[in-house]
Amino acid sequence: MAAFAEQAVAEPPPAQTVGYWAGVWRRLRRDPVAIGAGIVILLLILMAVFAPYVAPADPLRASTLRRLRPIGSPGFPLGSDELGRDMLSRLIFGARLSLFMGITPVILAFFIGSGIGILAGYVGGRTNTLIMRTIDVFYAFPSVLLAVALSGALGAGLGNALVSLTVVFVPQIARVAEAVTTQVRGRDYVEAARASGAGGLTIVWVHVLGNVLGPIFVYATSLISVSMILASGLSFLGLGTRPPDPEWGLMLNTLRTAIYVQPWLAALPGVMIFITSIAFNLLADGLRSAMDVKQ
Amino acid sequence: MLAYLARRVVYTVPILLGVSLVCFALVHIAPGDPLVSVLPPDASLELQRALRTLYGFDRSYPEQFVRWLWRALQGDLGTSIASGRPVTQEVLKAVGYTLRLALLATAIGFFFGALFGFVAGYFRDSAVDKLASAISVLGVSVPHYWLGMVLVIIFSAILGWLPPTGAGDEGGPWQFFRHMILPAVTMSVIPMGIVARTVRALVADILQQDFVIGLRAKGLTDYGVFRHVVKNAAPTALAVMGLQLGYLLGGSILIETVFSWPGTGFLLNAAIFQRDLPLLQGTILVLALFFVILNLLVDVVQTALDPRIQRA
Amino acid sequence: MSAQALDRGGPAQPLLSVRGLLKHFPIRNGLLGGVTAQVRAVDGVDFEVLKGETLGVVGESGCGKSTTARLLLHLIEPTAGEVIFDGERVGSPALGLTSFRRQCQMVFQDSYSSLNPRLTVETSVAFGPKVHGVPHREAVARARDLLARVGLEPGRFAGRYPHELSGGQRQRVNIARALAVQPRLIILDEAVSALDKSVEAQVLNLLLDLKQEFGLTYVFISHDLNVVRFISDRVMVMYLGRVAELGASAEVFERARHPYTAALLSSMPSLDPDRRTEEAPLAGDPPNPIDPPPGCRFHTRCAFAEPICSATEPPLAAAGAHHEAACLMVQPGSGHSRAPRAAA
Repeated sequence: MAAFAEQAVAEPPPAQTVGYWAGVWRRLRRDPVAIGAGIVILLLILMAVFAPYVAPADPLRASTLRRLRPIGSPGFPLGSDELGRDMLSRLIFGARLSLFMGITPVILAFFIGSGIGILAGYVGGRTNTLIMRTIDVFYAFPSVLLAVALSGALGAGLGNALVSLTVVFVPQIARVAEAVTTQVRGRDYVEAARASGAGGLTIVWVHVLGNVLGPIFVYATSLISVSMILASGLSFLGLGTRPPDPEWGLMLNTLRTAIYVQPWLAALPGVMIFITSIAFNLLADGLRSAMDVKQ
Repeated sequence: MLAYLARRVVYTVPILLGVSLVCFALVHIAPGDPLVSVLPPDASLELQRALRTLYGFDRSYPEQFVRWLWRALQGDLGTSIASGRPVTQEVLKAVGYTLRLALLATAIGFFFGALFGFVAGYFRDSAVDKLASAISVLGVSVPHYWLGMVLVIIFSAILGWLPPTGAGDEGGPWQFFRHMILPAVTMSVIPMGIVARTVRALVADILQQDFVIGLRAKGLTDYGVFRHVVKNAAPTALAVMGLQLGYLLGGSILIETVFSWPGTGFLLNAAIFQRDLPLLQGTILVLALFFVILNLLVDVVQTALDPRIQRA
Repeated sequence: MSAQALDRGGPAQPLLSVRGLLKHFPIRNGLLGGVTAQVRAVDGVDFEVLKGETLGVVGESGCGKSTTARLLLHLIEPTAGEVIFDGERVGSPALGLTSFRRQCQMVFQDSYSSLNPRLTVETSVAFGPKVHGVPHREAVARARDLLARVGLEPGRFAGRYPHELSGGQRQRVNIARALAVQPRLIILDEAVSALDKSVEAQVLNLLLDLKQEFGLTYVFISHDLNVVRFISDRVMVMYLGRVAELGASAEVFERARHPYTAALLSSMPSLDPDRRTEEAPLAGDPPNPIDPPPGCRFHTRCAFAEPICSATEPPLAAAGAHHEAACLMVQPGSGHSRAPRAAA
């Protein structure tokens, strides 16, 4: 026995032990772009949470006398909108609804889509065919069209917009989840676990989830950017939140009439959407490369 | 190849059926009685009953679906509640406008996207590459309806060079084209970013493959290498372009709203706010059909172009 | 350990009896899901594994070795046939799948793919016992014991992840994982094929050692004849889903009776100039298992094929003491010109 131990040790000495997620974090930390994007997102979220303390004025207080003040006016650092409300405060408060509407559908779709995809991937066979063919049908609609069609049919409103966007993202996440699960299911360690006599649920819990949730999560992160644009787009069309609630897409819509009076002011809400969307995109890119370890 | 083609076409049938089912369901997930939008508020019970029979709402769902599908197959998508004209006629007119816009946008997006992507992939990790990557991230992250507004602000409101909205049909082809520039450029940003990303990856990958290194070692000129790269990257790049055209056709609603472009998106917008459900249903069905068929075409063309894809 | 305690039928009863094992994979035509053809991966296989022996299984890739291994463990459902473990049919009320799987384990070829990359090796080894109801602490203690036993000092290795180990170390972990549920039979599917030659030798010695210590029985699947010869007591040669030859290791390697075995052996590199064979080495690829040749499946590549070979399917026939071959040339009165005369 001692001889074997010696031989085994003679093989190449491994590096210091690092768990998978610790490794991902270590690689992510060395990516300045991803960290920068993460900080921007964190700031946006803090801004949304502490909006009442950060905003200089009430985002709903209108004034017919102070309409469409230019950027940099006294008392209105970023000007005022078509009803004389403080732009800066509305942009700050707008983060609440905009982030909520952009992120919630992806979170919901992450749970529903992962569930459906993992089920299809692990069970396989006819169940898989049935689920995946149904998903193909939803794939036959460009996402903007599907979102608009659903919320158009359901009628304007925050809840309906969230439902529509969730329906748009569930098939996309389910498809990724199914692909990853099918791949993991074919690995020998799943076979080995079955050979140990473990049941389906135990195997999914111990051996499948840990290996599929990461890739699905990365994919879902990359969807947040799309979701932000789509959610604000629905509000822009008048299908999301309703006035006078501050939401960036809706603000962009109501300010359209002002582009000949205060052009740059009218573009401001879009800048916020743009920044948020870029930040989520860059963070998702960084996460993807940090989690992509070829072994 | 023929067998693959046949199978691919047959495989599309259940998808089309599912798509039409979703479109049919749209009317029925709408809250309230679909009849309400047609009826005057003080309609008599008799009129209600008559209209209910006329639209077939008194039948079971499967029966309604089959009738609706059968009519749709014959090109009859019902009557628009708002305008009283056949939905098919309205949609086809709008599709013409959207198609022209989407084609121009795809052409612009593909040209610049391929150019950026090619340069970036060819000079990988150079400053040009970083710039191109940055542009493509911006391209996929930008809310395009906002970009449209910004372009209107710059080129119409401030510089006054181009018209901000409408199609300008009356002014002849030149006016029409001038009206098309801003929406098409706005629209082209999405495919530009995606094409650039794809082409960059393709070119970088091809340049690293053994056969290209071999060609270089044999003393092939840069032009020769360039030709090989183009030949190998073209099928995938074209496929991506085809799919993007489909996305633009279906996703034009936001841009058309910004520019009041009288296409399908504009029609959809009107249908939603007038609760014109037959028009909504018909427009979405036609757009989804376009998308499915375009996907099919792209797949078939790609298979024909690319000898590496062997599909039995 | 407990291997002897579980023994029921005594040493004379085979540990494993396989009867008429059959696995056909349907090929569905994507569209309507109709079955258009069958891949006859394993097409009627009978054999026994005796208690305490090592049965080597050899054959070209695609001959059904790995499918047979997975069928034995019921990782895939057989189309037909039965597996009898120590006198009880697997899947019968007396021997359910779970309790059978406790007694029968498998080690796979790809040492990396067979370990969950997100778990430390200790957790991986402890997983099996925990499934069978061993308390966490005890399972971990057993895992550390076994890691030590396969030559991986637990203090250094237990907390490591698979990607931090070398191929040989990972395969030791896989062996420990198989041992953790205290099985009586271990199926080694190309378990050393991916390892470097020097590491392979260490692992083979470890396997021999463990076999003695724990009273194990092995089914050792490999395409490497040298390794099979080294480790096996008996050898089974498979060709296109069928058994071609079966017998004591020395018999089969010294006096191969099936032309396929002979051809395999002649393609085996040997340093001994006297052992060069005159027989033609195997030419070409094996036929398609979707549509195997009629009669003897080997007749398309056999140097001794005669018309009778494509008409009659040879059964496994005695070809000496503890030696059987499925060839018309060993079957008396078969009609092949080289067959022994029928004993009137």
